[in-house]
Amino acid sequence: MPTLTLIEAVREALREEMERDPSVFVMGEDVGRRGGVFLATQGLVDEFGEERVIDTPLAESSIAGIAMGAAMAGMRPIAEMQFADFIWPAMNQIVGEAARARYGTYGGVHVPMVVRSPYGGHVRGGLFHSQSVEAYFAHTPGLKVVIPATPYDAKGLLKAAIRDDDPVIFLEHKRAYRSVRGDVPDGDYTLPIGAAEVKREGADATVVSYGLTLHYTLQAAETLAQEGASVEVVDLRSVRPLDAETVLRSVRKTNRALIAHEDNRTGGVGAEVSAIIMEGAFGHLDAPVMRCAGLDIPAMPFAPTLESAFMPTADKIAAALRELLAY
Amino acid sequence: MQQAHPAPAGIEPLGPEDLLDLYAAMVRVRALDERVWILNRQGKAAIVASCQGHEAAQLGSVWALRKHAAAHFCFTYYRDMGVCVAQGLTMREVMLGFLAKEGEPISRARQFPLHGADVGRGFMNLSNVVGSHVPEAVGWALAAKLRREPTVTAVYLGDGAASQGDIHESMNFASVHNLPVLFLVENNGYAISVPLHKQMAIDRVAERAAAYGMPGVTVDGTDVAAAYAATAQAVQRAAGGGGPSLVEFDVERYLPHTSDDDDSTYRSRDEVEEGKKRDPLAKLQQRLLAEGVLTPERNDELRKAARREVDEATDAAEAAPYPGAADVLDHLYAADGR
Ligand SMILES: Cc1ncc(C[n+]2csc(CCOP(=O)(O)OP(=O)(O)O)c2C)c(N)n1
Ligand SMILES: [Mg+2]
Repeated sequence: MPTLTLIEAVREALREEMERDPSVFVMGEDVGRRGGVFLATQGLVDEFGEERVIDTPLAESSIAGIAMGAAMAGMRPIAEMQFADFIWPAMNQIVGEAARARYGTYGGVHVPMVVRSPYGGHVRGGLFHSQSVEAYFAHTPGLKVVIPATPYDAKGLLKAAIRDDDPVIFLEHKRAYRSVRGDVPDGDYTLPIGAAEVKREGADATVVSYGLTLHYTLQAAETLAQEGASVEVVDLRSVRPLDAETVLRSVRKTNRALIAHEDNRTGGVGAEVSAIIMEGAFGHLDAPVMRCAGLDIPAMPFAPTLESAFMPTADKIAAALRELLAY
Repeated sequence: MQQAHPAPAGIEPLGPEDLLDLYAAMVRVRALDERVWILNRQGKAAIVASCQGHEAAQLGSVWALRKHAAAHFCFTYYRDMGVCVAQGLTMREVMLGFLAKEGEPISRARQFPLHGADVGRGFMNLSNVVGSHVPEAVGWALAAKLRREPTVTAVYLGDGAASQGDIHESMNFASVHNLPVLFLVENNGYAISVPLHKQMAIDRVAERAAAYGMPGVTVDGTDVAAAYAATAQAVQRAAGGGGPSLVEFDVERYLPHTSDDDDSTYRSRDEVEEGKKRDPLAKLQQRLLAEGVLTPERNDELRKAARREVDEATDAAEAAPYPGAADVLDHLYAADGR
């Protein structure tokens, strides 16, 4: 099986879907000749032409709104937001419009679009090239929010997102783009949106995570294994819909739960997962549910010292796990 | 792109002394810009966006604000090192920003270089979200009007930024309320890789001004005298209660978008070389030498002094520590500083 980086898996999914379905097209800033600033769309303009790989003006509200319009008319647009931090001008179109188009027309129209965006930090991106934005969208009924951690998941989930009949926000961690590699089978496959996966089995505690933090969590689990603790790691893969069953099954087994994510702590996905655990596994808990998350400040300061202070690293997750296990 | 006439009626052209001052400022900014690029390649500066090719527009416009407004305030974007330096940011402070070191004055190294605010010295650049500062600048100008203050607000933006919906809304409001604000567009023909003709179906951003009911001109932004004169006219108008103007500077970006960019996939080397022929610094040097305003000796001195100043600033910034994280939560809200 070929080994790909996460961004190569994204690119492969885009190319295969464009090949398979002529209604699929890509639009965004610098996605054409430049191939996107991270090169996710590299080569697509040569293969599919400027009509299906559209370099847009610098205007996110229109990128989202025009993608939405084309989607309602029967196309399957993939709109790229160059950095998740720059999605805010498009907020009205995504949250206000796309998310409620189907509901508000009693199924009369629907919006099969994907909004792809690189998110997250630990790349010296400063306050405006580092943010995790998932909680804003996970809060919004009508949207799906997918965050793959591995190349295999990225390819299968992106294909599923493109074929999905509702709007999907697809977030790709920019530090994971080239640092994370993994086996990806050639050819077509999809993965179901809304299914979490146990990425490591364990008996003493569960960590629920996703995105880049999933990898830090796996490192922390390895560290704890050397200390004699067996940690199970659940990768949510999509934070809306959120696979409560897989989370609960794990916590009912291990009786302890930590949620780890890079997004700000307050009102983050961790708060929702914690509530799900309290509702569904309260009687199984041997310790309070804990969180290890980004600090409650805008993500994330530029200086390396401040950036490190923000990040939930493998060390911080390991420390949180020790606290959880010692409770 | 065609150029408007560079010397509008009623604006006294810059004299030799001013031109020499501008030249000295341009030499300093260029020396600084070249050095931060090197520091990036050495792995010391995480990100650099160059102002090379834009200096005449940036410095000429600030000179016009200084001379023709009782007070002024600049909303800048990431490419505006020239504006920040003209507003008083020292080389040492700039370097602390590029190296993200303790003592960086405008964001305490929380932000990219040249981002943050220095209200005292009259500039801010809050955000990397392209175009978002434009409505804020209009609000600043609205406050000046409401408080009967003589401030002229200048907001700098790129040709790409001009596509944002916020810019339309801002220009419309500014014109409806006759606000003392200048929209200064540094049009270098590219937004990262996207060329102007994919950004808009007209040749100049300035053409839009008419639709808002404000004057709009395009000038050669690599000619400091032209940049100065066009801005001066707009400043006079704003300061005299005449309302907003749009001044578009036709400039060149002959380096990649930022140090993270590789422009070779979307720009021919010929085009880049062609752009370099419009180097504003070389043009001003040539003019001043030809006119005898600048002697070769003085030129050498200026360049040596600038290099020395950059060396010292670099040494100081390299010697400075990174900021400690003890205050990482501070200044999120008023009250106790959190
Ligand atoms: C809202 C937003 N979208 C996208 C970006 C990414 N980006 C940064 S600079 C830039 C191009 C800006 O071009 P222009 O306004 O012409 O300024 P220039 O860099 O050419 O001076 C883009 C797309 C951003 N920072 N903010
Ligand atoms: Mg530009």
